[in-house]
This record gives sequence, structure tokens and C-alpha cells, in this order.
Amino acid sequence: MRLIEIAGASALILTAAACGKKEAAAPADPAATPYQETLMTQLLDAKPGDVIEIPEGKFAFDRSLSLAVDGVTIRGKGMDKSILSFAGQVSGAEGLLVTASDFTIEDLAIEDTKGDALKVNEGENIIIRRVRTEWTGGPKTENGAYGLYPVQTKNVLLESNVAIGASDAGIYVGQSQNVVVRYNRAEKNVAGIEIENTFDADVYENVATDNTGGILIFNMPNLVQPGARTRVFKNQAIANNRANFGHPGTPVATIPAGSGVVVNSNDQVEIFDNDIRDNKTTNIIISSIFSSGLSKDGMSADFDGYPEGVYVYGNRMGGGGKNPDGLDLQALKIAMFGPMGALPDVLWDGYSDLAKQIDGATPAALRICVDNEDAEVINADAPNGFKAPALATEKLRCTLDKLPAVRLANGLGD
Amino acid sequence: MRFVAALLALVLAACSREAAPSASVFHEDGFPATLSEWNLLSTANGVLTLSPGVTPYDLATPLFTDYALKLRTVTMPKGTSATYRAEDAFDFPVGTIISKTFYYPQTGDEWTGDVSVGPEPTFAEGAMPLKGVRLVETRLLVHRKDGWVAIPYLWNENQSDAHLQRTGAAIAMTLHRTDGREEAFTYVLPNQNQCAGCHAVNNTTRKISPIGPKARHLNKPSTFVAGVNQLDHWTLSGMLTGAPTTPAQAGDEDLPRNASWTDETESLDARARAYLDANCSHCHSDVGAADTSGLDLRPWIALGPKYGECKTPVAAGGGSGGRPFDIVPGDPDQSIFVFRLATTRPGDMMPELGRSTSHEEGVALIAEWIREMEGGCG
Repeated sequence: MRLIEIAGASALILTAAACGKKEAAAPADPAATPYQETLMTQLLDAKPGDVIEIPEGKFAFDRSLSLAVDGVTIRGKGMDKSILSFAGQVSGAEGLLVTASDFTIEDLAIEDTKGDALKVNEGENIIIRRVRTEWTGGPKTENGAYGLYPVQTKNVLLESNVAIGASDAGIYVGQSQNVVVRYNRAEKNVAGIEIENTFDADVYENVATDNTGGILIFNMPNLVQPGARTRVFKNQAIANNRANFGHPGTPVATIPAGSGVVVNSNDQVEIFDNDIRDNKTTNIIISSIFSSGLSKDGMSADFDGYPEGVYVYGNRMGGGGKNPDGLDLQALKIAMFGPMGALPDVLWDGYSDLAKQIDGATPAALRICVDNEDAEVINADAPNGFKAPALATEKLRCTLDKLPAVRLANGLGD
Repeated sequence: MRFVAALLALVLAACSREAAPSASVFHEDGFPATLSEWNLLSTANGVLTLSPGVTPYDLATPLFTDYALKLRTVTMPKGTSATYRAEDAFDFPVGTIISKTFYYPQTGDEWTGDVSVGPEPTFAEGAMPLKGVRLVETRLLVHRKDGWVAIPYLWNENQSDAHLQRTGAAIAMTLHRTDGREEAFTYVLPNQNQCAGCHAVNNTTRKISPIGPKARHLNKPSTFVAGVNQLDHWTLSGMLTGAPTTPAQAGDEDLPRNASWTDETESLDARARAYLDANCSHCHSDVGAADTSGLDLRPWIALGPKYGECKTPVAAGGGSGGRPFDIVPGDPDQSIFVFRLATTRPGDMMPELGRSTSHEEGVALIAEWIREMEGGCG
């Protein structure tokens, strides 16, 4: 009898287990709003040609959104009216990740993402228009890296966007081709607008202010393509003096606070007709990756780290260089211009590729030319440990062939 | 004793579920609303069983997913087989269904969201007892005429079936680590697009494909058939054709082979590379979504900037962790790899998806591997 009792008890337990009759706690969904499901489903079910309308309102998301269908438009009611908030995000490296071509996004805001706000990874014919990306707690190191982040894209238009508070770049175009960045406003980011490893970019009529660096044209090693041919014109890069709040170890963390426009290791860059003022390190920096403290062991052997074919002319500059960031530059300023003086409008770190010189001279097309009326240039002599810095205004006074305007294909921007 | 048997029969009948084995069902289109419509597996009577023709497999070193245990299966149409490829996932015929069921040992009898790290409930001889097990999700990769499709299912409360969950989900859980520490975390089911985040291994074509069933991951002693190499088993049972060696010699060192990351008889380098391969190389390849970073973690890439040695981050943001290079030989505390694998901040961590906890044992392996390297970054 005893045996039977035990067997009976076991069987009851088994019944419960086998049939799963236990009631379990409902899965928690920490921050989601019902709209999250709606929009995610719309993004999953999108067909080419669809327009996904984001209504007016602020919508909370706890996970990344993603779109992988070509030919889709996402349209809100305005960058202050349709707000996608990721303050409660628990998963995903972006707010919205797009892996698709023929994509347009306009008239909405993406706020407080844990990583990048909007990333477009590979695609052609991309329009990002009147989109605001912002970290609403103000500029902080723990903010996400990029606001608007098209990478490995072709034929790209970014216009009339606002990017605030990114811990790397507010607007960043990487490894792309045929790009127009215009009418945007970037403020309180580490880098306001950054064009990196990109061919054929026109950056014009933007405002970059209160960033650590205003407009950056960079080439980095080890990537699928270097970059060249960027025109920076009719922009306002004003008072980009915010203390660098980038993550140590990232390339932008080396940007001195108070940099207006920075060209690093990129080629064929034309900077003209801009207002570049009141940037306390200096208004324009032309430099090589070799002065940025990065490891030579970590560069692919074929990487060309020298800025070449850089042409600066016709800019309205002033008020910069009074309080350069970093001991080397501060010492340089005091030594050459005195405690009350200022660095000139253009600072060149002094690196040029000796291997390419012919009879001791850099070939004409590879020169750095600053032909900007009375704007002065200083060669900081970084290759020799800043030992013999000197004014180089007349040495660098030359002209280069002008670059053609970028023409976007398929009617983008018309 | 007869009474006991009668009781058991009663128990089985009480569940009133069809237990007779029947074949899986391939759906040529659409997203069936329940997992049971595929008839790959059933959970009747407290036991998970696989339908005939559904073959379980495992990998030498798997992807880490918040300590979830995984039951992987492959099902191919009768009379067909996969074709061997040395580097990529095998070429499976149209009609193939690959499933991966994520489950945990739960700490109590009632489901409270509390889960523990191992020991692994065993799947043997076609069945796995479900006592103390919580099934969370089953992801399918289905090879249709137009290509592979990913379809995610979330298991229901009473564990009788799983329901289509295309938009993903977030589930609050508490992890009980082996040393007793408890850690609240959010288990995240990816949405259907996020499946492609890993499975679209070529970010240009964006075609989805399996990642796990590659020669180097499968080349190990079979967990499910005693005394035989898993690749041999696939060849002998007609599931695989074109493997370069005959079955008698298969499984030898001529075939690509990843180490088990936990096997201390293997070299540190082999274990670390296997770990980075399984967790990273589906994106960090020459054509993957992370080719934007210039970091390539396929296992045959030599140590150098391309594999992270002294490599500056490109777009890491907070992922740099304030450290200068991906790998600083000899100095794990200065190596970004260790930071990004350890952190759980969504914007900083690697992999970007698929975990909310830190895989402390995996991080320790990578740290140790870097510590043993000689040199530094000049």
C-alpha cells in the first residue's frame, strides 16, 4: 500500500509536469509601447514603394528598429512632432538600422538611443531630410556615437537635419561615394559633421557650432576604401569649443576642443567661402594620422596617411587660436605668439610624404595650398617633435585645380 | 506494480496530445502561426521529441546567447543531401528546415524567470525530458525556392507550442550563475529583420543563410551518435555529399576544424579563434555587415591589424571603453576586444545582438589569450 501511495503521488507530479498546467509569470516587456509592435510590423512587412507614416507623438521603444526592404519612405509629421524615443532601450546598437537602397527618411526625430541613432549600412539613393537626432540629456560621453550614420552608401543626400549631443559625430558619412551634405545644423557633438573615407562629397551651407570640432574630413586606415575629393563651402563653423567628451581610444577623442574645420590624412579637399570663426584651438587644422598618436603597427601597409591636394581659399576667418587645447599646442602658441597672442587661422602639423617628393619638392597636385588673403599658416613641425615651428603662409601660398561639383544621380536633391 | 502502470497510462492519456510520430511539414510560403504546424518536434508528456527525419546536431564552439542552451536540428527532403563546402555553410537543398530551440534549466518547479547556467539537460535517443526546463524560443531557417527565410517562434506559457513572434520580444529573467550570484537581465528575441543582422552574411547581397552548419563547426565527435565523428555521421547517413575524405578518414585534421572553446587540451589560440569565429565572424568578415570596421575575424586571418592587433577603432563610440586598440598584445586590460565582449551596454557591446549578460568565461578566455601574446603596439 505504501508503495502505491508513493507511486500515486509521483504520478500526480508527473501529470502536472507533463501537461504544463502550471501558470507562469507573463513575460515582461520593460518599456515598450503598443506603437512599437505596430511600427516594427510595418517595417517587416514593407514593400518597395511603401510610405510608412509616423504620426504625431512621442513613442517609446525598448529595442532597435530595422528596415531591410528597398524603396521605402519613412515620413513623420516634423522633427519636433514625430519623436521616436529610445531612452528605455535594452537591446540593439542603433535606434533604426537600415540595410536597403532607395530609402528616404524625413520629418521625424530619433532621441536618446544607446548607440547610433540612424545607421544606413550599404545602400544606394539614400535621402535623410529634416531628421533630428538628439541626446536630450545634453552632451555626455555615455551618449551614442553617431546621430546620422550612412556607411558604405552611394548617392546620398543629407539635408536640413539637426544633430545634437553625439559622443562621436552628429552627422557622419563613412566609406561612401557621391554625397551631398547641406543645410544641416550640428551642435553639441564631439564632431559636428564628419566625412570619412568617402569619395566625392559636397558639404555646404551647414552650421556647425558648439561642437569639439566643427567639420571633419578624415581618412582612417584598414578600411575598404580611402577617401578623396570633398568640397567644404559656404558653411558656418563657429565657436566649436566644447570640451572633448569623446570616448578615449576613438579617433575623435584626439580632436582638440576649438577646431573649426579639420582635414586628416584625406586628399583633394577644397575649403572655400566658409565662415570659420572663434574656434579657440584654430579655425582650420590640416594634419596627418601620424601626429594623432595612433599605432603604426595597426595600419595596413598601403595606407597613405598624408593629407594631399588640400586647397583653402576665400574663407572669412577670425577670432580663433586664442586658447588651444592640449599642452603641445598651448606651448606652441605661447612660444610663438605670447600669452596674449593667438595661433594663426590655419595650422598644418608639418607632415608630408617625403617618398613622393621629386628633387625635394612635393608634386604640384599633392601640395597643401592656402591662398586665403591675409590668413596666416603655421607649420607646427610635429614630425620633429614641434622643435622648429614656423609661419608658412607664403610657403603654402599656391593654387590647385578646383574640384567639380558633386552631381547626385537619379534626381536626388533636385 | 500493475496499478502503477495503469496510473502512468492515465497520466499519458490525460494530456490528450497526438504522440504518434509523423513527418515534418515544409511550408513553401507564408509564416505559419504556430511552430507545431511544421511538426518538427513535440513536447507531449513532459518530453521533447523530434519527428522522424529531424536530426539534431551541435557545434564545436557555439554562439553565446545569454547562457541559453540550444537544441539544433536539420531536416531535409527525403532523398536529398547537403553539399560540402570547406569555408561557408553547407549548401542545403530547397526544402531544408533548420531549427534552433533556446531553453534554460529553471531554478524552481514554477517558472519565475529564474534560470541557471547548466548543467545541460541532455537530448539523447530522440528525446529530452522537460522537467526543470524552460523552452523560450525556436528559430527556423527555411530554405524556400527564393532563398532562406528566418521565422521566429516564442514558446507559450504552458510549453505546449510556440507562436509566431515576428517583432521579437523582451523577457525579464534572472540568471543564477554557478557561484550563486544572481543577475537580472532581459532576454531578447530578435525581430525578423534582426535575424538577417547575423544571417545575411554578405551585407551586399543580403541573402540569408545558415551560419552554424559549416565543416569546421560540425567536425567533432557526435553528441548524439556514440563513437562517430559528426561529419562522418552526416556523410554515412546520406545527409552530406562531397566531403573530401572518405568516411573512414573523415574527421581527421585535413578537414577544417574548430576547437571547443572549453577544451583545455586545445591550444589557447585555437580556443580563442574558435570563440571569435562563432561569435563574431558572421559580421566581421570581408563582406559582412561589419566590414565597415576593417576587422576580419574569420579563423584563418593571421594576427595583424586585420585581426585586431594594434588596430584603432573606427566607429566604436563607447565601444572603445577608453582603450586604444582592439588587441594590445600582452595587455587585455588595454584591449578593446575584452571590453566590448564584457560590457552589456547595448550601444557598446559585441556582438550587438543576442546577449544581455556578460559571458564571463568567454571573456576570460579572450583575456587570457591576449595576455599570453608577446609584444605591444608601437
